[in-house]
Amino acid sequence: MELVTPGIGLIFWQTVTFIIVLFLLSKFAWKPIMNALNERETSIENALSAAEKAKLEMQGLKAENEKLLAEARMERDKILKEASDAGNALIETAKQKANEEGSRMIAQAREAIENEKRAAITEVKNMAAVLSVDIAERILRKELSNPQAQHELAKDYIKEVTLN
Amino acid sequence: MKKLFILLFSFLTISAHVEAAAEGGEFKPGDMITHHIADDYTWHFADGVTLYLPVILIDNGAPKVFSSSNFYDENHALVPYEGYVLSHGHIYRADANGQQAADQSSLLDFSITKNVASLFISVALLLLVFFTIAGSYNKSRGKAPRGLQSFFEPIIIFIRDEIAKANIGPKYERYMPYLLTIFFFIWFNNLLGLMPGGANLTGNIAVTLVLATMTLLITVFSGNKSYWSHIFATPGVPTWLAPIMIPVELIGILTKPFSLMVRLFANITAGHIIILSLFSLIFIFESIFVAPLSVAFAIFMFFLELFVALLQAYIFTLLSAMYFGGAVEEHDHVGDHGHGDGAH
Repeated sequence: MELVTPGIGLIFWQTVTFIIVLFLLSKFAWKPIMNALNERETSIENALSAAEKAKLEMQGLKAENEKLLAEARMERDKILKEASDAGNALIETAKQKANEEGSRMIAQAREAIENEKRAAITEVKNMAAVLSVDIAERILRKELSNPQAQHELAKDYIKEVTLN
Repeated sequence: MKKLFILLFSFLTISAHVEAAAEGGEFKPGDMITHHIADDYTWHFADGVTLYLPVILIDNGAPKVFSSSNFYDENHALVPYEGYVLSHGHIYRADANGQQAADQSSLLDFSITKNVASLFISVALLLLVFFTIAGSYNKSRGKAPRGLQSFFEPIIIFIRDEIAKANIGPKYERYMPYLLTIFFFIWFNNLLGLMPGGANLTGNIAVTLVLATMTLLITVFSGNKSYWSHIFATPGVPTWLAPIMIPVELIGILTKPFSLMVRLFANITAGHIIILSLFSLIFIFESIFVAPLSVAFAIFMFFLELFVALLQAYIFTLLSAMYFGGAVEEHDHVGDHGHGDGAH
């Protein structure tokens, strides 16, 4: 019976002490501890959701970057194609121009040669005429140096004239 | 050899009084065990190492304070002091012959007994530990726990999530300080009681009575409309049964904390009794050859007791939370009687 008979002294001390401890611990231990735990839990939760958001944002950014990159690539291809087209056209024009110029120059050269040739032939003709006159003169002079010959010639002429 | 064992024994389960056996008298295990688990006015650590605790008496409203050493003479025999006598672990008014007087009315004993001293020590320890932890929480806000903090944090979170939130519901926060305090109070005192020289505080019915009364008061004062309507007008029960139902429900309010009180007291006391009985076997058989077996069993029991210390703290806290949960629960749906009291 002794064991299950609560003593007044211990009941008193237990009640007083327990209430004081409950008050002290609630105020100075449990409150800050529970607050700190809640605070940490919310901060962890926030950090996790922020990380998730950042991940989504990153994914969005990545997609956008890829789009930009693809656009840039297309632009580059376009520019390259345009440039090569322009280059080809330029070369083509230049070739054509060069050909034309060449043909023109050849034609000009031909014409000039023709002219020169004609001039040279004319010159030769003139020179031949002068020379033949000159030669004829000299021959005549030599033929007519003796009076006999002159006489004979005159005779010929007269003969001819009379014959006519 | 026997003396050596007794010395060892007194060091292990210190308040065991075996002087009688050592001095050649007959060894009475019952007396020794009762003495160990009961309260005392002195704190007997080992043979010759005794702390005499203060006695505080309220005799007809007049306080009297003196040391309990006054009740002992130089041979450690009991003597009357200033009209009081210490007999069978209690202080009584003495008559002219130094015997227990017939009139013991209005003599109240508020002495700082071994249990009260142990209570103060455990409370100091509790405050020290949890103020330190609270300090480290304030210092390292939002950071990972360290040291003591990381040992107690999972326990605190377990009490919050698995005991309070699970059984009380959304209003759990109001009850957290009480639940944490009783859990650690009971656990610390259970462990201190297992220490060599420790007092059997949580195995004392007065202590468990106070703890259970606290739970009862909190339950009753936090009872909402649906809690009381379940007691005075249980839904689904015909009105003519009320004269039976109301007393049954009212008794039910009291039996819950009563079971709490007895469960903790009986578990802790039983553990102490078993360990002491196992040791007593050595002295009963007066043979050293029993010792290995006794010690082996006692060690096994000791580990079991370490587990029981935690388990009982958990059960007390869990059941308190369940009672609070029942008191604050909103009974929207009829037929929910799931908050029963399991046997432990």
